[in-house]
Amino acid sequence: MLDWSPSIKERLSMPTPILAARDVKKSYGRGQSRFDALKGVSLEIFEGESLAIVGKSGSGKSTLMHLLALLDRPTDGAIELNGSDALLLRGRSLNSTRNKTFGFVFQQFFLTGGASVLDNVILPLKISRVRSRERKRRGLAALAELELRDKAGNRASALSGGQKQRAVIARALVNNPRIIFADEPTGNLDSATGAVVEDILFSLNREQGITLIVVTHDEDLAARCDRRIYIRDGLVVETESRAA
Amino acid sequence: MRTIDVISTAIGNSFRSKLRTTLTVIAIFIGAFTLTITNGLGTGINNYITTTVAAIGAQDVLTVTKTQQDQSTGPRKYDPNQMASTSPGRPGQTVAGMTPADISAIAAVPGVLSVQPTLSISPDYVEAGNGTKYALSASGAVPGLKLQLAAGAQPSATSSAPQIVLPVSYVKALGYSSDRSAIGSTVNIGITDSTRAEHTLGATVVGIAEISLGGTGGSGTANEALAQELYNAQSIGLSSSTKDRYSQASVRFDKSATPAAVNQLKARLATAGYDAKTVADQIGTFKTVIDAIVLVLNSFAVIALLAASFGIVNTLLMSVQERTREIGLMKAMGMGSGRVFGLFSFEAVFIGFLGSAIGAGIAILVGSGISAALASSVFSGLPGLTLIAFSPASIATIILVVMGIAFLAGTLPAAKAAKQDPIESLRYE
Ligand SMILES: Nc1ncnc2c1ncn2[C@@H]1O[C@H](COP(=O)(O)OP(=O)(O)OP(=O)(O)O)[C@@H](O)[C@H]1O
Ligand SMILES: [Mg+2]
Repeated sequence: MLDWSPSIKERLSMPTPILAARDVKKSYGRGQSRFDALKGVSLEIFEGESLAIVGKSGSGKSTLMHLLALLDRPTDGAIELNGSDALLLRGRSLNSTRNKTFGFVFQQFFLTGGASVLDNVILPLKISRVRSRERKRRGLAALAELELRDKAGNRASALSGGQKQRAVIARALVNNPRIIFADEPTGNLDSATGAVVEDILFSLNREQGITLIVVTHDEDLAARCDRRIYIRDGLVVETESRAA
Repeated sequence: MRTIDVISTAIGNSFRSKLRTTLTVIAIFIGAFTLTITNGLGTGINNYITTTVAAIGAQDVLTVTKTQQDQSTGPRKYDPNQMASTSPGRPGQTVAGMTPADISAIAAVPGVLSVQPTLSISPDYVEAGNGTKYALSASGAVPGLKLQLAAGAQPSATSSAPQIVLPVSYVKALGYSSDRSAIGSTVNIGITDSTRAEHTLGATVVGIAEISLGGTGGSGTANEALAQELYNAQSIGLSSSTKDRYSQASVRFDKSATPAAVNQLKARLATAGYDAKTVADQIGTFKTVIDAIVLVLNSFAVIALLAASFGIVNTLLMSVQERTREIGLMKAMGMGSGRVFGLFSFEAVFIGFLGSAIGAGIAILVGSGISAALASSVFSGLPGLTLIAFSPASIATIILVVMGIAFLAGTLPAAKAAKQDPIESLRYE
């Protein structure tokens, strides 16, 4: 009668993962040109964790990240957000989840060069219908946190590479997301500037409890994360946790 | 995104590529400018016709003619009763003549207060103190008629003394020093009867009329007494059946009659066999012609606008292309497709607004300048004519129509932006 299987027992005792992938598959194209980018990936990410998704180019890291960030839908399998099926989210609720739950830092900055740094940073707030005064206040606070307060009025195109990436992090932060996705966040930066950006990301993770999901092929960056998932040809080949 | 943010972002975006936006705005400007000018022309001419309405006839008067029996096309059967029409219409138009029997039949129709046959008079000349004779055409005053006077008074319908109102161009020719000095003087009017015998009649000048489009161009207007005297003189030698034949008659009806009541009266006259037209109907005919011309001109302007709308499509497609990344990012950050659509279509509407507002504004300046210049030169003889006039309603309509066209042009690029896939747009090269 009390014959619980270990996995069920384990799940009951553990907290609900903030984000989970259950046997997720993703294929592009069909017929002859069909390509299976992910061939059945399962993983759980818990609140406050930092996780690295590591693998060679073309292994499917970005594809997995897009699925976790609800930017794309898997061909098969399930994505769970706080234990509920995230694939049921559509339209308005999907947009609001993207807006309020996630922040993004990409390898390329995707800043609008002609607009001011502040305007770039407050874009997520604009999308989530925050009023203009409040937007400005929160945008300046985020910039201050990244020591870019004095650059608020400058055009984004006038920033240095490291400053641009810090502006991007400010933009990812400004709407108080619970998870930040970073796809090759230091790929475009020299090692010194890259290290600064890494420090910022990990301190956000530590001090504000923001869950951090980093996609990288940089072993040093991966090593700083609580957990690493190695992907090869669309499959998880190894999971490694920092000795806890 | 709040609607206000969509609007301000769209406006900001349209200024991002200044040269491209400027070129598109210029294309729309040309269309809107033309449309405003052609519309202004219509408004100006129609306004003039409306304000000079009183010079053509009064509001409580119907012009009645006998209904043409033969309505078929092709050569008309000869009818000895046909006579030349004196009412506005195409040249050579004839109407069935009316006899005293017709006049009493019309008078018997309920709602008709009085009937006055229109006497068609053709005097030869007018002469004043200096003895030089000047050719003159004249017509009898229509009841209730209000001429635009430069001096003096309207011809009296009740006075039995012969009176005449002369056009302003006769004042200097007849030897008067000013419009005012002509008032009260006596002129001689020459007229030939059917036996080629000449008669001279005296008349008092009571008024000097401005030249207007309202039917009294360069001709004099005789009061009832003078018209009757002239008619009697020119009809000497005619049998009474030929003399008492009128091309039309004026019917007075109750001043306070509603448009519906006027229509009923017209219907009653129609059953009795007469066509009746109010002044408004006659003006309406003029206006229809003007409106048709303006419509043709407008269609050219609309063609220009259609060409410009392809400019909008092009401009926006380019900016969608340029902003692929930005659109992808906004969608990744949770911006709905509807808002993305709104962002681009509002940009189109804004470009349309810029082009049309500037176009209409400059057209108003240029048009007012042109009509002021023309009014003091070419049209100095037509006081009150503003060739190109602008009504706020038509300007607003033009701007709204152009914005509508711009919106339609923007839907294609906007839809393209709205259905962009965030990941596709964020893919690295
Ligand atoms: N839209 C697509 N259509 C077809 N194939 C695709 C598409 N997107 C990705 N792929 C393929 O899926 C595979 C995984 O792509 P993904 O972008 O996830 O790789 P990655 O691990 O992020 O590589 P990198 O480190 O170079 O960014 C690649 O082989 C890629 O060619
Ligand atoms: Mg990648």
